[in-house]
Amino acid sequence: MSAAIEFRDLCFATPQGRRLLDSISLSVEEGSTAAILGRSGSGKTTLLRTVNRMVLPTSGEILLHGKSASAFDLIKLRRNMGYVIQETGLFPHFTVERNVGLVLEAEGRPRQECLRRSHELLEAVGLNAAGFAKRFPHQLSGGQRQRVGLARALAAEPDFLLMDEPFGALDPLTRAEMQDMLRGLLNRLKKTVLLVTHDLDEALYLADRILLLSEGKLLACLSPNEFIASREPQIEAYVRAFHRGWHNAAAEIQVSERRV
Amino acid sequence: MSTGFFRQHVGEIATLTVEHLWLTGAAMLLATAIAVPAGVWLARSPRWAKPVIGLTNILQTIPSLAMFGFLLPLPWLGERAARIAIVALCAYALLPILRNTYAGIRGIDRSIIEVASALGLTDAQRFFKVELPLAAPFILAGLRTATVTSIGIATIAAAVGAGGLGELIFRGVASVDNRLVLAGAIPAALLALAIDAALGQIERWFKVSAS
Repeated sequence: MSAAIEFRDLCFATPQGRRLLDSISLSVEEGSTAAILGRSGSGKTTLLRTVNRMVLPTSGEILLHGKSASAFDLIKLRRNMGYVIQETGLFPHFTVERNVGLVLEAEGRPRQECLRRSHELLEAVGLNAAGFAKRFPHQLSGGQRQRVGLARALAAEPDFLLMDEPFGALDPLTRAEMQDMLRGLLNRLKKTVLLVTHDLDEALYLADRILLLSEGKLLACLSPNEFIASREPQIEAYVRAFHRGWHNAAAEIQVSERRV
Repeated sequence: MSTGFFRQHVGEIATLTVEHLWLTGAAMLLATAIAVPAGVWLARSPRWAKPVIGLTNILQTIPSLAMFGFLLPLPWLGERAARIAIVALCAYALLPILRNTYAGIRGIDRSIIEVASALGLTDAQRFFKVELPLAAPFILAGLRTATVTSIGIATIAAAVGAGGLGELIFRGVASVDNRLVLAGAIPAALLALAIDAALGQIERWFKVSAS
């Protein structure tokens, strides 16, 4: 397998001089999923947005299949990258089917083809096309909107999928369903995925590599098992911050069981 | 109003109503052609918004009779009263259309615009498929305000001889004939109400499909 995305010494600073990305170098294998973890403001979203050139790096470069991202035609590059964000950004004035088919429509494909593909994708993300195609985004639940957002991102059969906290706003059960659905889809479709998330569980469940960012620096790029087992203090602290309540409750149960 | 009077003037009222509509319609088309692109441009360069909207605001404060008077001596414009009327009405219509276009485009959720770009829509596609339809209810609301106001102001255009329903009003005032005043005022009011209702309906259609 070859590197689908390679960051080479990537830096980004705001015009005010704040460094949001500091010499990031790493590569993401083709067809794999890399989760990007880190505190708010650690540069996760900025890193994601350098890939589709929504953010232009101050220095360094990004290679896509060995070719510099800046050498691609911008529109073609972006159409080859599905993009999903937390609030989905569905177009409120379009029906679900038009939202999903919009990129194909923009490519000038015939209307029938746009609709057919849009219905296929709705089914693929677990929505009944006959029931949902004609609805408007405000008539959907949060989980359904995320499904539509994902279907839209996949419409032009992109090689890459960029996801920025896609399930962050969902309740835990819906989120788990969405993660299952996404895992199933990714197993079939073999996309190269960058997934920004705050949820360690989600990263462990979905990703092949876990990246940890802190103040714009890359602290770790490890497999899920290595990440959990790491003795690196900052990674340990991050892992410990999760499930504190659960560990606490479990410890109390043990104590009370001993008393009995 | 006696039926005899009405019968006698019905042809004239109809002609003047059409003239009134033509003056207002032409002015609204011209104002839309200027103010919508200008509003879009301001939404992209907001630092110009305050001075430009301020300028159109000043235009709005010029008394209409004075505005017609100012335009009268100008070359080309002054040659025909209808030209003066259309330019003056257009000047008053600029502010509501411009302000609403600006506010309508600025008010679109940033994340929606970003996603449109990130999905690979070209600038033109993003504008015509996303920004313009989402701002349309606001733009239409501005156009509606402008049109209703213009139908009222257009009656004054008769003062410079531009025609329209104002002609009956001015004649009625000069000859102290209230029937003539009403024969101009009532159709003008009905016209304003009808157009307000029609544009309101179109605005609601846009809102339904945009909500």
